[in-house]
Amino acid sequence: MERMSPVVRTVVKIAFAPMFAFGAYIILHGHLTPGGGFQGGAIIGSLMALYLVAFGATAWKKKLLSGLESGGLLVFIGTGILGLVSGLMFYNFLADSDIPIFNEAVPTMLGYTHSNWAPLWTGGTISVMNLAVGIEVIAGLTLIVITMGLFAFEGKEGG
Amino acid sequence: MVEWTTFLYDATHLMVLIGIVASALMVVKFKDLISATIALAACSLLVSLEFLILQAPDVAIAEAAVGAVLTTAIFIFAIKGSRRREEY
Repeated sequence: MERMSPVVRTVVKIAFAPMFAFGAYIILHGHLTPGGGFQGGAIIGSLMALYLVAFGATAWKKKLLSGLESGGLLVFIGTGILGLVSGLMFYNFLADSDIPIFNEAVPTMLGYTHSNWAPLWTGGTISVMNLAVGIEVIAGLTLIVITMGLFAFEGKEGG
Repeated sequence: MVEWTTFLYDATHLMVLIGIVASALMVVKFKDLISATIALAACSLLVSLEFLILQAPDVAIAEAAVGAVLTTAIFIFAIKGSRRREEY
């Protein structure tokens, strides 16, 4: 599909980095603040949609995105099944353990003045699942927009 | 005596609700489909503001990202694949 005007392309170039940083913030802070994997993934996915509308969908790899989507889902399900090692499905085996992945203990309210405050490196499998869902939603939404764009222009450019 | 902050809060809420209804009516009334899509995006943005007012910031983020940007992009792709004016 054709590229759009220089105004649109410049605005998308300027907005790319702040929107990506905001989406990554929403995904990484999913266990602390409102938002999470789906919301941050939808933000970065809409960023990808803006990029595709402005620059065209020719240079994008559908197989890579499809693999990322399947990989995110596999990580999510695998994290759930790994909880069976500790005896329960979706057991949070990373929280407060020795494995250095999001393993800090959640602080009690006593040491802090604000009750919502907690370090980022907490949450255990919740944070891992948020990251997996974020990657999966980014890949899935980008794939949907690419498919719609190529389908809409198939008659004009031959797909 | 009316509390000033409560009045401002309710006035903002009412204006957002009126804006939702007005933009939804615009979506139905416009014959230019690109204009109707932009009105739909505005409706989505106001709905996400309404979610924020009703203390659901989680839903508001998802609604703003999906409703205001992704749906608009997909609708614009679909309109580019067909005709721009609605026939009536």
